[in-house]
Amino acid sequence: MLRYSEDHEWIHLDGDTGTVGISPHAIEQLGDIVFVELPETGATVTKGDAVAVFESVKAASDIYSPASGEITATNEAMLDDLTGITPDRAKESWLFKVKLSDISELDEMMDEKAYATMIS
Amino acid sequence: MENRRTPLYDFHIAQGARMVPFAGWDMPVQYPAGIKAEHLACRSGAALFDVSHMAQIEVTGDGADALLERLTPTDLGAIKDGQVRYSLFLNETGGVLDDLMIARFEGALHLVVNAGRAAHDISYLRAHLNGADTRMKVHDKRSLLALQGPGAAAILSDLGLDLDGFVFMDIRHFMLAGVECVITRSGYTGEDGFEISMAASAAETIARLLAARDDVFICGLGARDTLRMEAGLPLWGHELDETINPVMAGLRFALSKRRREAGDFLGAKQILQDWDCGPERTLVGLLPTGGRPVRDGTELMMDGRPVGNVTSGGFAPSLDAPAAIGFVDSHLTEPGTTLIAATRGRETTVHVACLPFVPHRYARGS
Repeated sequence: MLRYSEDHEWIHLDGDTGTVGISPHAIEQLGDIVFVELPETGATVTKGDAVAVFESVKAASDIYSPASGEITATNEAMLDDLTGITPDRAKESWLFKVKLSDISELDEMMDEKAYATMIS
Repeated sequence: MENRRTPLYDFHIAQGARMVPFAGWDMPVQYPAGIKAEHLACRSGAALFDVSHMAQIEVTGDGADALLERLTPTDLGAIKDGQVRYSLFLNETGGVLDDLMIARFEGALHLVVNAGRAAHDISYLRAHLNGADTRMKVHDKRSLLALQGPGAAAILSDLGLDLDGFVFMDIRHFMLAGVECVITRSGYTGEDGFEISMAASAAETIARLLAARDDVFICGLGARDTLRMEAGLPLWGHELDETINPVMAGLRFALSKRRREAGDFLGAKQILQDWDCGPERTLVGLLPTGGRPVRDGTELMMDGRPVGNVTSGGFAPSLDAPAAIGFVDSHLTEPGTTLIAATRGRETTVHVACLPFVPHRYARGS
């Protein structure tokens, strides 16, 4: 199940663990990414917490956790080459995995079609 | 109110620009290549910018020189016909109302001022016109393009311009593709370059001519900002405002010798005191450690005390690292001095560095 937030995060749910990234649209809007900060593995987060940061040439953007739970993994490999964070690689540019404490939190999020409508 | 558009608006859209509101204009912030690629193209080759949002103002009449001398610290008599000078509108306490270019050309003074300050500057000039012997005209039917980079001169030569004897801060008439242009050898990137003024109706012809070349890269305001930051060039609203004097901002060169000796410009008392004794704070380069940029407005600390602030900050593509500029207490300007930037609740160690980050490469002639 894939869901989107109004802040352009996506979360792909597999069992009770969600993989989180930002949408191709958001990556395109940010432009060249020059710095990424990922959350700590093991951290407990609440839906809406600023848990990661993308810095582009022009600006800093907080990334919010779309769900509450525990961070179980982060995409450290992404940090080796920030130029690889491009709109066509939004899926590979995932940021972290979160073990959800309440899957129903995703109910209010947008599906792909609703998100596409929002950004159009 | 609708934002204004330059004559190149449709051209920018066709080039895939992302348009943003800037100082009341819709301007391209970047094209699909992105800010880093655009920036590096300007440092290595030639870059084209639409800077038509800047206001072009002509001041004529017997009182023109006196008017500009009243409002700036520039020795107008030292500007020969065909020359351009960087200047400042100062207030009574020595603060900067705006920075500008003044050219003397064919008997008139030609000013170029910041888009964001144009309305202020125009009414300010108008309020100081001293009767019938001075006239001003705002050229809102003219456009301005900048061709910047080490490859710029060769491109204009290739297009038939004779640049012999035309050096940094000169202004001349040229015919470019059948269009009458007034060109200055100047810019805002730290590179050699040209600013090309032409009738708005001809702007697209010139832009298309240049952009169609393989050796010209089209660039937006994003790259313009990173280029000028690396070159240590101030931007009004960041490194300059009504509370910052030119000595603090490293602009001693903009205070003409004759005017300093006479002490006859607005704010002279405060500015000359800082000239002699040194200002409390001084503009420096800042290199953040750890890869994370620090941004405009960030406070700089040492031993828990505030010692300065960041005025422009981001990423410097030529350094392939974050960089910033800002003001620090004048005893802390030694390169390598370690300060703490408090960035959004977390601390970044930054080192003071010399400006410019990238050496200027102006064609100063022999």
